Amino acid sequence: MTQLLLNIDPSLIDWSRAQFALTAMFHWIFVPITLGILFIIAIMETIYVKTGDLEWKRITKFWMKLFGINFAVGVATGLILEFEFGTNWSNFSWFVGDIFGAPLAIEGIMAFFMETIFIAVMFFGWNKVSKKFHLTATWLTAIGANLSALWILVANAWMQYPAGMQFNPDTARNEMVNFWDVLFSPVAINKFLHTITSGYTLAALFVIGVSSYFLLRKRETFMAKRSIVIASVFGFISVMALIFTGHGSAVQVAKYQPMKLAAMEGLYEGGQEAELIGIAILNPKKTVDNNEDPYLFKIGFKGALSFLIDFDTKTYVPGINDLVYGDKENGILSAEERIEKGKTAMDALVAYKELKKAGKDDEAKVQYDILMANFEHFGYSYIKDPKDIVPHVPTVFYSFHIMVIFGTMFVLIFLIFGWLTIKNRIEQFKFAKLLYLIGIISIPMAFIASEAGWVVAEVGRQPWVIQDLMTVDAGVTNISSGAVQTTFWIFAFIFTGLLIAEVSIMLKFIKDGPAKPENEGGK
Amino acid sequence: MITAELTHLFFQQYWWLLVSVLGALLVFLLFVQGGQTLIYTIGKTNEERKMIVNTLGRKWELTFTTLVTFGGAFFASFPLFYATSFGGAYWAWTALLLAFTVQAVSYEFRSKAANVFGKRFYESLLFINGLLATVLIGTVVGTIFNGADFSLNILNNVSWNNNTRGLEAVLNWHNVALGLAVFFLARIMGLLYFMLTIDNEEIYKRSKKHILINTIPFLVFFLSFVVYLLMKEGFAVDADGIVSMEKYKYLHNFLQMPVVLIIFLVGVVAVLWGIIKTLFSKSKFDKGFWIVAPGTVLTVLAILLIAGYNGTAFYPSYADLQSSLTIQNASSSLFTLKTMSYVSLLIPVMLVLAIVSWRAINKHKITETEMNDKNEKSY
Repeated sequence: MTQLLLNIDPSLIDWSRAQFALTAMFHWIFVPITLGILFIIAIMETIYVKTGDLEWKRITKFWMKLFGINFAVGVATGLILEFEFGTNWSNFSWFVGDIFGAPLAIEGIMAFFMETIFIAVMFFGWNKVSKKFHLTATWLTAIGANLSALWILVANAWMQYPAGMQFNPDTARNEMVNFWDVLFSPVAINKFLHTITSGYTLAALFVIGVSSYFLLRKRETFMAKRSIVIASVFGFISVMALIFTGHGSAVQVAKYQPMKLAAMEGLYEGGQEAELIGIAILNPKKTVDNNEDPYLFKIGFKGALSFLIDFDTKTYVPGINDLVYGDKENGILSAEERIEKGKTAMDALVAYKELKKAGKDDEAKVQYDILMANFEHFGYSYIKDPKDIVPHVPTVFYSFHIMVIFGTMFVLIFLIFGWLTIKNRIEQFKFAKLLYLIGIISIPMAFIASEAGWVVAEVGRQPWVIQDLMTVDAGVTNISSGAVQTTFWIFAFIFTGLLIAEVSIMLKFIKDGPAKPENEGGK
Repeated sequence: MITAELTHLFFQQYWWLLVSVLGALLVFLLFVQGGQTLIYTIGKTNEERKMIVNTLGRKWELTFTTLVTFGGAFFASFPLFYATSFGGAYWAWTALLLAFTVQAVSYEFRSKAANVFGKRFYESLLFINGLLATVLIGTVVGTIFNGADFSLNILNNVSWNNNTRGLEAVLNWHNVALGLAVFFLARIMGLLYFMLTIDNEEIYKRSKKHILINTIPFLVFFLSFVVYLLMKEGFAVDADGIVSMEKYKYLHNFLQMPVVLIIFLVGVVAVLWGIIKTLFSKSKFDKGFWIVAPGTVLTVLAILLIAGYNGTAFYPSYADLQSSLTIQNASSSLFTLKTMSYVSLLIPVMLVLAIVSWRAINKHKITETEMNDKNEKSY
């Protein structure tokens, strides 16, 4: 095969992935709070505007200040993330920039501007604009933040399920042919809803956790209970939508990224009546090419995985081995076969470009047909060993199960907190102190679950930077590994410093509590 | 409706115009950065510094968002530039990003209790951001006239031919002259913004004095940049996409595109007029910002337009001339540019909203009383 890949140092790929993962995971510490708490704040402010009750204004301002502290670091890490597509994944940026760039641009033009324009009014406009203008600004800030999530998630979904595009051999890149297919791809819609509802859930738990601290300390109990009522109702609705869209994600992963699903369940041998694992410990000795039992311990439900993805316990689910070695009976090509077809496509591309350059259009057309006939396997031309198509199974498996277990617990937390505060019995509850502690602990749990979700999504699709089209080593910028290693540590140092400062400021702010009641409202 | 007859070239030119407008707005909004380098020069007491930080702090997000949008628009419309420049000039862009990263938190954390590193630390970060962001943006933009050290392969993957990965741009005096011109211009606009938005006589007087101090180096660097630009060879591209060197290319571009020349001249005159009127007005004049700011937008817009229009390579390679990027070979497909053009219709809407928000927040000047009001958010 014609070798178009430069000699890429494997450590460069690892450091580039590590840097992107570092930035994304830091970014995702701050973003979900922003997505959710803005709506909670908007609801609180709406109640204030409707009732004129100054206590609601005070509550709104308290949560708004916490949002402000959190928002700045999210913005800072988000900037780095956007430009890392170019700095660290430049080959990827060209290969798919025609499609991938559009959502990012729309995010800036439509969502960021809306958010930025109105956030200034939200923060500084209390005594400068009318109540209704201020409330409108708060809602538009919330909508703007969520719109920005829409576009970046559309871009991410496209990497998991490339839709609405066609490869152009003349420019050696993929080009958009249908914008609506990109925007409304089933993966994009589901990913957007699943991700924002995870943010809403996290933000609601954040509000409940902080309020629990006040209840535990017997301070600001009125504010805390009002906040819990709003957060638990908002959180319960969100977590139910989260579970519903989570199921949708599983169905789509089964359809478009079967290797990811197999890794999520530690499923090596597929078949009908596939088992859904409730809880398990994986066997660390298990690899694709041995016959070890995948689990040291497990509690599973036979047929439940098949049922989950197709409402039929008899539905066939391929395992890791089936996807690596193939399963002719079920029409699954082996990785080896796909690599051959991928190489055929790549060779045809190179031949096409050379023939075109030589002005031999008829012969070029023949190569073009070969290329397009094998294009769905194009990315496999970059795979050196069939086993390379398997992601790190333990990371994906444990992340997935932690996310699901924690998510289920959050339903109970919202129900209990909601019921007790709506009935105004939380302080009389026999195990109130324990409940407050659970509320506080639910904050780190929510962060862990939320980050775990992204680990499943991103580690689970390795080695692909674009599913079946481009591997990470083909998409990476050709730069010295040492340079990326250096910037990795610079970013790690700065982000950690920012996180320490933010947590310190937040804890102090929470400890001090909200400002004293105002004597008069805003305009 | 955008008709099917409009050619790919039309959309490429349209998007170069939009990217140039965003770039020009970004340079104008760098007044925030310029102001950040003057916190201790103009603010002599804690109260004065607080007013300065707060008047800038209410606008930092606009600069930030414009930078992000500029990046996103470039990615969508000219992805080969995004891939080539960001991936190639790795260190230059990383330094620039780091300069912006530390800005976002500095306003929010500066005056907060338990901020770990202390107020002066965050103010130092604001200074670093103000200095590096302006100088680096100007220097990097300089490479669109002086070229960069890269080549592209058959798949348009970039190879950079040195290990400094973009930092070598600072070895070219012409790039640096632009960087320093942007730096001093940003400071002048920052000072004008203080005069416009802060109700304090001492700040007004000191700002006026420092406008003169900053105008001299600004003129030296700006005129050096412009004169050399008009005299130097430029990177021309013919109808077949072949890139070659052409004497007085950028001067030719101005002469062959008189509208762009007029935009440039009007912009330069506005910048100078705003400064002169502020410095020499007999009565108290605090609106100079609103003359210099549009002047800056027009000047930068014209400079960016001559970089991409009239058969010019906008990101030339001095390592391999034929790897140079033009608005034709670096752009997105016709379909994507068309689709994005519909989206671009939102830009005026966002600008109107930005004006409404700006007016609402800037209706009254910042006062010490407002800063001491605990019911008001302040940095």
